[in-house]
Amino acid sequence: MSPRDESAGSVRVGVYVCHCGTNIAGTIDVRSVAEYAATLPGVALAREYKYMCSDPGQELIRQDIGEHHLDRIVVAACSPCLHEKTFRHATEQGGLNPYYFHMVNVREHDSWVHVDKKAATEKAKDLIRAAVRRVRLHRPLERRQVPIKPDVLVVGGGIAGIHAALTLASAGKHVYLVEREPTIGGHMAQFDKTFPTLDCAACILTPKMTAVKMHPNITLWTLSEVSRVEGYVGNYTVTVKRKPRYVLEDLCVGCLECIEACVYKQAKVSDEFNLGLSKRKPIYISFPQAVPQVVVIDPETCIEFKSGKCKKTCVEICADRNAIDFHQQEEVKTIEVGTIILGTGFEVFDARRIPYYGYGVYPNVYTAMEVERLVNASGPTGGEIVLRDGRKPNSVGIIHCVGSRDEHTNRYCSRVCCMYSLKLAHLIKERTEAEVYNFYIDMRTAGKGFEEFYNRVAGEGTHLIRGKVADVCPGANGDGRLMVQVEDTLLGMVRKIPVDMVVLATGLEAQKDAQEVRRLFNIGCSSEGFFLERHPKLAPVNTFTDGIFLAGCCQGPKDIPDTVAQAGAAAAESLALIDAGAVELEPNTAHILEEVCSGCKTCIPLCPYQAISFVPDKSKAEINEVLCKGCGTCVAACPSGSIEQNLFEDQEIFEEIEGLLTYA
Amino acid sequence: MSDKPKVAFYWCASCGGCEETVVDLEEKLLDVVAAVDIVYWPVALDFKRHELETMPDGSIVATFLNGAIRTTEQEEMAQLLRKKSQLLFAFGSCSHLGGIPGLANLWDRERILPTVYRESPSTPNPEGTVPRRVSKVNGDALSLPGLFDTVRTLDQVVDVDYYVPGCPPTPKILLAALDALLNGKLPEKGTVLAPDQALCEECPRKESRPEQLSLAEVKRPHQVLIDETTCLLAQGVLCLGPATRAGCEALCVKGNMPCTGCFGPTSRVKDFGGKALSAMASVAGGKDEAEIARAFENIPDSVGTFYRYSLPSSLLRRKRLEAGR
Amino acid sequence: MPDPFEPRIVAFFCNWCTYLAADLAGTSRLKYAPNVRVVRLMCSGRVDPQFVLNAFARGADGVLIGGCHPGDCHYQEGNYKALRRFHLLKRLLREMGIEEERIRLEWISASEGDKVRSVINDMVEKVRALGPFTARVTEDRVLEEVTA
Repeated sequence: MSPRDESAGSVRVGVYVCHCGTNIAGTIDVRSVAEYAATLPGVALAREYKYMCSDPGQELIRQDIGEHHLDRIVVAACSPCLHEKTFRHATEQGGLNPYYFHMVNVREHDSWVHVDKKAATEKAKDLIRAAVRRVRLHRPLERRQVPIKPDVLVVGGGIAGIHAALTLASAGKHVYLVEREPTIGGHMAQFDKTFPTLDCAACILTPKMTAVKMHPNITLWTLSEVSRVEGYVGNYTVTVKRKPRYVLEDLCVGCLECIEACVYKQAKVSDEFNLGLSKRKPIYISFPQAVPQVVVIDPETCIEFKSGKCKKTCVEICADRNAIDFHQQEEVKTIEVGTIILGTGFEVFDARRIPYYGYGVYPNVYTAMEVERLVNASGPTGGEIVLRDGRKPNSVGIIHCVGSRDEHTNRYCSRVCCMYSLKLAHLIKERTEAEVYNFYIDMRTAGKGFEEFYNRVAGEGTHLIRGKVADVCPGANGDGRLMVQVEDTLLGMVRKIPVDMVVLATGLEAQKDAQEVRRLFNIGCSSEGFFLERHPKLAPVNTFTDGIFLAGCCQGPKDIPDTVAQAGAAAAESLALIDAGAVELEPNTAHILEEVCSGCKTCIPLCPYQAISFVPDKSKAEINEVLCKGCGTCVAACPSGSIEQNLFEDQEIFEEIEGLLTYA
Repeated sequence: MSDKPKVAFYWCASCGGCEETVVDLEEKLLDVVAAVDIVYWPVALDFKRHELETMPDGSIVATFLNGAIRTTEQEEMAQLLRKKSQLLFAFGSCSHLGGIPGLANLWDRERILPTVYRESPSTPNPEGTVPRRVSKVNGDALSLPGLFDTVRTLDQVVDVDYYVPGCPPTPKILLAALDALLNGKLPEKGTVLAPDQALCEECPRKESRPEQLSLAEVKRPHQVLIDETTCLLAQGVLCLGPATRAGCEALCVKGNMPCTGCFGPTSRVKDFGGKALSAMASVAGGKDEAEIARAFENIPDSVGTFYRYSLPSSLLRRKRLEAGR
Repeated sequence: MPDPFEPRIVAFFCNWCTYLAADLAGTSRLKYAPNVRVVRLMCSGRVDPQFVLNAFARGADGVLIGGCHPGDCHYQEGNYKALRRFHLLKRLLREMGIEEERIRLEWISASEGDKVRSVINDMVEKVRALGPFTARVTEDRVLEEVTA
């Protein structure tokens, strides 16, 4: 353990107070703070400077260390979460150990949040005084390097996961792509045409899906879920549970004859892929272009599973391949990866939460996703947009912002609904020649080609009515039509518009199990439930856990172009780590003071990373530095004070507390 | 006058247990008496204060002072003995940490005096007499030492060289201290003369403490039929051994009772009670308020449990009285 | 005329949740009382009760501990240990005559910048109403002449 400088009483501290332009200097009297700092015991020099993080600012530190024989550096500026690394680096370049540095937050925690300038200035002085006292006790610490395992885990086989996996695989890395549905493709596979170009989703998606299947560097596991994640950046051990398909992937050729042959002559089970608009058999494939092209048996509805007495015509017809295996078991796989990309996607807002739109009550109220399936040629109606009774609608109302931009449901805007509502308006008009009404609050068409698309749809005669729909109810004359009641804010009057079909532009939400999933990976969630990025502008695909990245709607609602861009970004971050080969771990780990440990075992059960073990021969505890993450829980618990944490030693913290409260 | 090193013993706010330790040296006491010249020991020998005052400063090689400081007389004597001694040993928990008398720091004079002299059911005091600093008796003025509101440790009053811990210190610990003194083997000034490790190090039941200990509930000794060979904490009894300095050879544990912390903390701990409670919170309690409350239900008196011997030496030193006092 | 009492509150914030939330409050330019001084720790599980006791002993009028919500600790379980210690510490402090409002444990996640603001403002007002913390054992109090 690195020795403390014996001359802690005579160290020379350099204090730098940053103006950050007017961000700090506008509220805090930086000159008086610097002057005050110069009077503190141990401070050899104190400066103020406009932008400490700039090159000249860092150069000041480097130069002063040499010229003024400084032993410690304190910088009072923005949050350490932003620039601690910058200044540690500058300190190191000046010839000192980088951990002889301490940062004081006088911006995010002071100048930006206080109006009383005098109080803000006093606070800055208190914080600097505390830092000067603390930094004098810092020890010269060394960062530890650990190698990065080259494999990558991508969780989620939608367009985000697919793109990330293909990018990494092309770079020569081995990828595990884990998807919990029987096929990859995600929500994009359910779409028909995509905005604003109206390309067919399946046409652009299926080649990528096939590429995933064929790529030698991608191990594709469908019907699989991650159940456990252990380790740290570069060294994750992940447990994946593979549910039984009851059909052997290697043997099935996807002829689909078993589905034909099933004892169920009629499909009776609600088809999830078609959102319940059609039925499937217990043996099925999600959609014709599913990858892998392998059928799956649903044990909840298959007669063989329920009674054990089925004729098993499916097995008969597969006699030459023998791909069906009713005895297949769940498999548990353990893999070692260096980085993880999460592309777990979104869930559609449940329209039943807005009862006054009548979803689930009136048969001809549909969600947008259901209409996507109707429009899709391989959907339940072969591409025909029809009402529940099979008739073509003469009039359709599309209600925007269902579940979004609303205090009672979700405050945020789901970003894609205006565009897809215009798209559906166009497609509905094309297929049915119905009168289409789009009821919107604001028209959000901000992307490339989006405004042009809006003009096109408007030019096609779609009625664009600006107003939030108050109510959907059956028409008074009992003809089966629905009455949409809305205040048309541009006309300034309330209108009641009768339509045959209502389409709800439901918003995007985080997946229902987002909280469990994020705990599994030890990342955070925002208040809306989406996975939390490290920084909304500068690190949108990173998380606060090194080595784990985000892509797509699991991070927040977005469209396909942005999802693909993020997936590429996440792949690039992964590649950056893998190709660097090793990562440096922060040295704020804990260690047992072996000589004085009494072996009381209080610390042993406290570490969630199992970094602490009891060594029976020595009858003492021991900490594995590589596993230790530096939380300090064991340090606070040790009853005899025999565990120390680098950078957060008891003495250092006591000095900091005393510095805050006692006027030097 | 002999050439043997001069040694003194004095007692302040204490119970006499530390004196017993000296007596408990048994036959070794004769060796001690042979090696030193005891020049002041009010409980056993008839020396008067003025004799002490006339001794040259620093002429006593070592004074062993037990008991906490809570009266003006004790403070004066501590200062006097400091002046007259080369080395001052805080002897026993009371002078080291404040000891049991230290619990008076939960109160003040105004509450203690009436409670003891007027309200105590076992004290007959029909006139309600309460001690006064100065009283007139038959025309003469009679004075008594003043009582401080706050009990202090010896080192909060004078400079202390060494500490001999324990309530009371064991004869072995005392002998070791005397041995070090007489043979010039004393360590750095300010050292507590006992191992700087927790009691578990020397506890005979150490092996039986499981590595993964997680109690749903902490119990008081009378609530458990305590097995004589198993770690007390493992049996759910709150034993402060892990937080307490070793040196007593786990006497209480050998007597089938939990350690209550009389040797105080190791040198790496600033506040015994704070650390002890942190350790207990690590072995018991669940994940929500209700589970945690249930786990620690059987600790009726936090201060008495975690600061039994060490309240005056703790960071807060005493209970905060109402504003204005 | 003496200056009005301004409480001094020492806060121990965990790096991953509460400290970031305080940063977010800063970037969002939310405004709150300037009475808090933050000590940055990696986890609320690092908060040793000795730190809290030391803060009071040195003159803090209140202590605030901020950590991740239960179940969300960046290090899995540190905050549960903090909760347990806090429970015992609060009881101990109560017996030592320290009012409950002076010691506070709050779960604040990284996106809850506004909660930092409201908790700090609330605590400052509550502590202000309680007045200064005077268990500092001043030398003169101890040596006060006794008149029984």
